[in-house]
Amino acid sequence: MSSSDTLVATGNKAHSHGPGSPVPLQARSERPTSYDVADFAVPNGREEEWRFTPVRQLKALFEDAAGTETPKVDASGPEGVVFETVAADSLKVGKPQDRSAAVAWNHAGDAFAVRIPVEAELTEPVHVNVASLGARGFSHLIIESGRHSKAIVIIDHSGSGELGSNVEIVVGDGSDLRVVSIQQGDHESIHLGQHDAVVGRDAKLHHVAVTLGGKIVRIGTNVRYAGPGGDAELLGVYFAEGGQHHENRLFVDHEATNCKSNVLYKGALAGDHARSVWIGDVLIRAAAEGTDTFELNRNLVLTDGARADSVPNLEIETGEIEGAGHASATGRFDDEQLFYLQARGIPEDAARRLVVSGFFNDIIGKIGVPEVTEHLHEVIEEKLARAAELSTSAKAVIGQ
Amino acid sequence: MATLEIRDLHVSVDTENGPKQILRGVDLTIAGGQTHAIMGPNGSGKSTLAYSIAGHPKYNVTSGTVTLDGEDVLDMSVDERARAGLFLAMQYPVEVPGVSVANFLRTAKTAIDGEAPKLRTWVKDVNKALADLDMDADFGTRNVNEGFSGGEKKRHEIVQLELLNPKVAILDETDSGLDIDALRIVSEGVNRFAGQGDKGVLLITHYTRILRYIKPDFVHVFVDGRVAEEGGPELAEELEANGYERFLKAGAK
Repeated sequence: MSSSDTLVATGNKAHSHGPGSPVPLQARSERPTSYDVADFAVPNGREEEWRFTPVRQLKALFEDAAGTETPKVDASGPEGVVFETVAADSLKVGKPQDRSAAVAWNHAGDAFAVRIPVEAELTEPVHVNVASLGARGFSHLIIESGRHSKAIVIIDHSGSGELGSNVEIVVGDGSDLRVVSIQQGDHESIHLGQHDAVVGRDAKLHHVAVTLGGKIVRIGTNVRYAGPGGDAELLGVYFAEGGQHHENRLFVDHEATNCKSNVLYKGALAGDHARSVWIGDVLIRAAAEGTDTFELNRNLVLTDGARADSVPNLEIETGEIEGAGHASATGRFDDEQLFYLQARGIPEDAARRLVVSGFFNDIIGKIGVPEVTEHLHEVIEEKLARAAELSTSAKAVIGQ
Repeated sequence: MATLEIRDLHVSVDTENGPKQILRGVDLTIAGGQTHAIMGPNGSGKSTLAYSIAGHPKYNVTSGTVTLDGEDVLDMSVDERARAGLFLAMQYPVEVPGVSVANFLRTAKTAIDGEAPKLRTWVKDVNKALADLDMDADFGTRNVNEGFSGGEKKRHEIVQLELLNPKVAILDETDSGLDIDALRIVSEGVNRFAGQGDKGVLLITHYTRILRYIKPDFVHVFVDGRVAEEGGPELAEELEANGYERFLKAGAK
């Protein structure tokens, strides 16, 4: 599928993909946000922000009621990092953009905060583990990096059940913060999450969303800038298997001058009803002169029966920018690559692994956290082995 | 001595209008130490022969046999054929994004030999093979065929030929699109391979130009899916002078 047949809701000066683009319904910046659940109707699946999502399976996370469990949160990190419990509304960097985020905001209770002290340069990553225990629960995390600090924070979401979560990220002026959020719940788990980051003056945020498990995982990542010179690198890796829905929605809101954003998301899909959705909204407001932004999404469809939707969307309100662009491509596994590698003696399964690891190679190289990249390689191998079993058993059935 | 034997090979491809016969009974024997040139006009089935021997899934062998030292090649998967000692230098080598040439070469060598090459000699071998084909050592860090010029892709094929050192090499229009310097460099690589004495070479080409650098022992003229005429190097000279006219008329009768 091309990006043009799913392009949506662009602003007046947006660049569009030629004839056939829908008439703009609403600029991205005009979409309502609220802390009050009652401000959002229960989604029916026809709304712009829910039209790709299987909303009927999400009733529990739309219900304005307390959770039936509190997800277990534990954290560890090198000396100097501060862990504390704070009131949910102590920061208010994030503001829920949809009903599930508002439900999570109101029912998560206190927030768990990770603070990197001013000028601290951490040599080891901070780990925050959020484990769902099988029921319906909510979590709220806050990550703050102090001025001129440098740190890596890895959030690992695991377990079973239904999780609604909010993560607020404040990147202090001149600091360098790398946040890796891993979603790897059990195969029946559901996770709806919203991440909001504010990038300080001359600060650098690396945000990495890695989705490896869960029946439905939908992560919204919203970035804005508190001052000029901010830089956000937003990376994502996902691998949806049969029956899994992995969705990533990004919104980069450029209002400060001379800021950068670079979005790169790559996903593979294998198996019946494997589904991925990627929405990349970038807004360059009139004041955001000197903005430099690029977003790219690539999907590799490994088997029949899988589907990837990809919708890049750029609204530009000023011409005084360094650069703005986007690209999106979804391709099937290329049998000619397979033939080429096999013709050099490489067995089919190894050739497939080589092609897929090649596909992910550049983005995995950018993640920059060895323990995460090693884990990714391992999980991708496991998933490919399962995909190979699928295709072998499919062939066996055909051969009967 | 390796022997590739092709007997009465018939091959078709599936089209929208049903199967289309391309090869109509090819007989060819390539013994070790011999270089055979297959020449023919466009659409005569030369490339189909190459890809059928290598096992490309697009081509259906409807009858006939292909054996390598008596082993049934047609019964093998694509990678088994390569491990049995067949090599196809492709006309349009495929890009493999994210996979470095060094990783690709090592993976292929390990698969062919059944064990990983010794690190120290391997690096030396790779660098020598690259240098012999006039390619910078930094090609090792580039992704397979990605962003390569046409000539670089062809030279990369010959680097693989020399490193994997098969029993029989099939070169599918390796000369097309090469300038004269690249043609000479590529030909030298093929001659080094053939010069080992026991190797078979099947050189598929549209033009006679490459035969100034690679001397064939046998020349086969391919028309309409089969060998129309066979001879020695003198046949190539005749084609150089007169083109394929005579054979096309004969084929059209």
